[in-house]
Amino acid sequence: MIRPGRDDSPDRLYTLTGGRSRSDAHDFDLVTLVVSESEATLGMQSEHAAILRMCRLPTAVVEIAADLRLPVSIVKIMLSDLLDMGRITARHPRAVPSRAELPDLPLLEQVLVGLRNL
Amino acid sequence: MDSAISDPAVRTPLVRTADNGLKIVVVGGFGVGKTTLVRSVSDIRPLSTEETMTQASRGIDDLGGISSKTSTTVAFDFGRISLNERTVLYLFGAPGQERFWFLWDRLFAGTLGAVVLVDTRRLADSWYAIDRLEHHGTPFIVARNDFGGPKYTAEEVRDALDLDPRVPLIDCDARSRTSSKHVLITLVEHLRALASARETAS
Ligand SMILES: Nc1nc2c(ncn2[C@@H]2O[C@H](COP(=O)(O)OP(=O)(O)O)[C@@H](O)[C@H]2O)c(=O)[nH]1
Ligand SMILES: [Mg+2]
Repeated sequence: MIRPGRDDSPDRLYTLTGGRSRSDAHDFDLVTLVVSESEATLGMQSEHAAILRMCRLPTAVVEIAADLRLPVSIVKIMLSDLLDMGRITARHPRAVPSRAELPDLPLLEQVLVGLRNL
Repeated sequence: MDSAISDPAVRTPLVRTADNGLKIVVVGGFGVGKTTLVRSVSDIRPLSTEETMTQASRGIDDLGGISSKTSTTVAFDFGRISLNERTVLYLFGAPGQERFWFLWDRLFAGTLGAVVLVDTRRLADSWYAIDRLEHHGTPFIVARNDFGGPKYTAEEVRDALDLDPRVPLIDCDARSRTSSKHVLITLVEHLRALASARETAS
């Protein structure tokens, strides 16, 4: 079994992120849907290229992390970089604005309809 | 193991119009049926991933310190259900162990609600999860997965869990799609009841 992250040397994680932490990486939620705005190019960091290929259709941050076998926080930093370069767009969740707040009724009705149709 | 990686090339992608991801978390002890429940209702085979955080810098990314400080790693798995052309519900199966809760805010802030999955042979395993969910103000229901142990009444289970009478308690079989779907519907109906009570009150 391959465990994301755990088998990676800190060096590899360091290279992927340039050793930086980015506070705006927190804007990405586990379920933020990422969409590529350009094709991968030659000479691009291979993880960046993989993300662009993966996100031709909307793909959640957590799915990207699972596919790249990297910890979510590392993926968020790479996504922040790609966002800065204008290579992706991010569709953030609109559900619950903050802790301990309930989503609005129309959204919950929508979820119920979807679940009952399963 | 349940961590089979589904091939992204084969996995059903989301539709182009998908733009709103929602979260529901299934919490429970090891072997209680979390992955089974997720698999029963998910559009994709469950995937697994991890989040890592350094102990010394909880809540702050400090990747520079990753090699020198002890880091906490939590693995979790997930599936998804496309509810309509815009909305996609992600279901997370997450362990209820102590270190997991350090990462709760980072991973599961904004979650719609939670399902606490319990095995009546090991009810004490869920005490901590229930306590933490109450602490975080996350609405939840309790689903009792039937592993064929001794039969307890709902009242006995409620007593053992010291469960608030307003929290729904239901029986389920995580292996069944219909039953797992019923669990999710029960949670969302509970959320709707809470939300409408709040709207009436305000
Ligand atoms: N009898 C019974 N077995 C179940 C049920 N749900 C799951 N299992 C089995 O329990 C085992 C552990 O389930 P799993 O989903 O991997 O648990 P997890 O560790 O919580 O993800 C698996 O072999 C399942 O087939 C249930 O409702 N009834
Ligand atoms: Mg599991």
